[in-house]
Amino acid sequence: MRKATRWFSRNLIRIYAVLGFTYLFIPVLYTFAFSFNNSVKSNLVWRGFTWNNWRNPCGAPDICNALGNSLKIGVIATFIATILGTLIAFALGRYAFKGKGIVNMLIFLPMATPELVLGASLLTMFLNFGFNPGFLTIVIAHVMFCISFVVVTVKARIASLDPRLEQAAMDLYADERETFRRITLPLVAPGIAGAALLAFSLSFDDFIITNFNSGNVNTFPKFVYISAERGLPPQANVIGSSMFFIALIVVLLGQVVQRRRKVS
Amino acid sequence: MGDASTSAKGDLKLSNLTKSFGDFVAVDNLDLVIPEGSFFALLGPSGCGKTTTLRMIAGLEEPTAGSIHVGSTDITYERPYKRPVNTVFQNYALFPHLSIFENVAFGLRRRGIKDVKEQVDKVLDLVELPHLAERKPNQLSGGQQQRIAVARAIVNRPALLLLDEPLGALDLKLRRQMQIELKWIQTEIGLTFVHVTHDQEEAMTMADTIAVMNEGRIEQMGSPADLYDNPKTTFVANFLGQSNLIKGSIESNGAESLVVNLFGQKIGVPRARSSAKDSSILVGIRPEKLRILPEGESTHGNILPGGVISDVSYIGVSTQYQVEMPWGQELMVFEQNDDGIAPLDKGDRVTLSWEPIFTFGLDGREDATAGSEVHVDEEE
Repeated sequence: MRKATRWFSRNLIRIYAVLGFTYLFIPVLYTFAFSFNNSVKSNLVWRGFTWNNWRNPCGAPDICNALGNSLKIGVIATFIATILGTLIAFALGRYAFKGKGIVNMLIFLPMATPELVLGASLLTMFLNFGFNPGFLTIVIAHVMFCISFVVVTVKARIASLDPRLEQAAMDLYADERETFRRITLPLVAPGIAGAALLAFSLSFDDFIITNFNSGNVNTFPKFVYISAERGLPPQANVIGSSMFFIALIVVLLGQVVQRRRKVS
Repeated sequence: MGDASTSAKGDLKLSNLTKSFGDFVAVDNLDLVIPEGSFFALLGPSGCGKTTTLRMIAGLEEPTAGSIHVGSTDITYERPYKRPVNTVFQNYALFPHLSIFENVAFGLRRRGIKDVKEQVDKVLDLVELPHLAERKPNQLSGGQQQRIAVARAIVNRPALLLLDEPLGALDLKLRRQMQIELKWIQTEIGLTFVHVTHDQEEAMTMADTIAVMNEGRIEQMGSPADLYDNPKTTFVANFLGQSNLIKGSIESNGAESLVVNLFGQKIGVPRARSSAKDSSILVGIRPEKLRILPEGESTHGNILPGGVISDVSYIGVSTQYQVEMPWGQELMVFEQNDDGIAPLDKGDRVTLSWEPIFTFGLDGREDATAGSEVHVDEEE
């Protein structure tokens, strides 16, 4: 009895970790497993193993059109939000100007505002300005809520950058542009890359704001939501699992590159 | 680039240089000429304005007033990258994403020099680290990073090398070694070095000329020996080594020497070494210049009897005594342990004496403790 108690107390942290990870990953595993389901109408009951869904991920009607839209929107919104957000982060992290405190606070607002409110008021605004909801309005909306996250991420990186490195570069005959290109940018780059990944996953994932402002343009989250009512095709599980594995590979690659940099 | 200002040569001249941050005057109307080729130290406690002065010379801080010249070229408002000046930063500021080779080559490449290899290899040889060229800065020890920081600056052959507390992060033994190496490098390449430090021993070991700074002003400037032997203010007397300062009044004013009354004892002070402005004087004697003898033994020179030893510390080469004088002041005496006589004991009654030529006189109205408590705090 005492032996068992001791084993338990010694391995408590491990047990806790296993339970935690199980809790986190059971839904992912479930999604992955059901991507192999030989389903008929809905993908709720296990009807046997098949490779067919993975062989033909575009098999469900409109799914790849929706996925393509999501990827396009994600890439464009990430590109714009990363550039604008990085510029704002430099302004906030490096310069003193009137109203800086207010800007700092305003940047947080979109993160704190409920998405439903944002989505609904964006739609009102677009309609008032005579924009027809569609591809363009989705991109504008996504850029808007991604910027805040980019600013926060890049600003943290800039704050950890020793200003003496830039001073040293200037001292060594590098003018402002060269200093930015050779010292500041390479040192802040990991933060910008992280911010871009975050922005992409936020954009790719977004349903609520997108649903308000998309008109008849379909995106992947919208497709999943709408099909869930009639029965989600297993191809959605295939695409979902693939996104998960791609993200996993990106993270692992990042770690390998970092480790190799430290060794060399 | 190679325009007029990056290739300027000559003495560094600071005229009426002032820097204020709001109401706080960090550097107050500084006038200073640093001759070409010298090893110059700006010495002072933290917050005295020495680092601000250095940053203005480097172009990292804009002066509120005054001017900075190298030779005849005015560089007061020149951008940092257009000055013939390179800096060794306090924490080295090596670029973490570049190899040691690229760190050292950085300045050469920015000036458009194509073939950098020969010059970089040469300077890495000079600092004895050619084998580390392909490493990254975080793989080097503190001492190695320090040398690379020096190499990265001197490879550009600037008219002026600025060193901002460059040895502050090293341990004592390494610091001693680097002091000697830096001095050697300076003699070897003949550049002007301006070295900012709060460590008086470091300044005295390396510099030809030291300017002691306090509250944005230069208190006194001179060779290490001159500053040590002839301090002109209590701040310098206390900040550079230790001093016994005793209050007295001048009784008569001879051609060669003054007669001063120190709590009833008459002593002589060379007239040339006194900065007293009226009859009130602070008489200064360095602790190692004092002789300590058991009461009753005969001695000569200036004599102060009636002391009682209140503390003895034996530190090998010498013994340090604290002696309480009849008027309550504690004086410090350093005795070399070179005569085979056992140290005196706590409580012994003693007579202190010294040669009059070792006496210096300061203005009696100054604060006798100025500069004694501000020692070796970490800078910023």
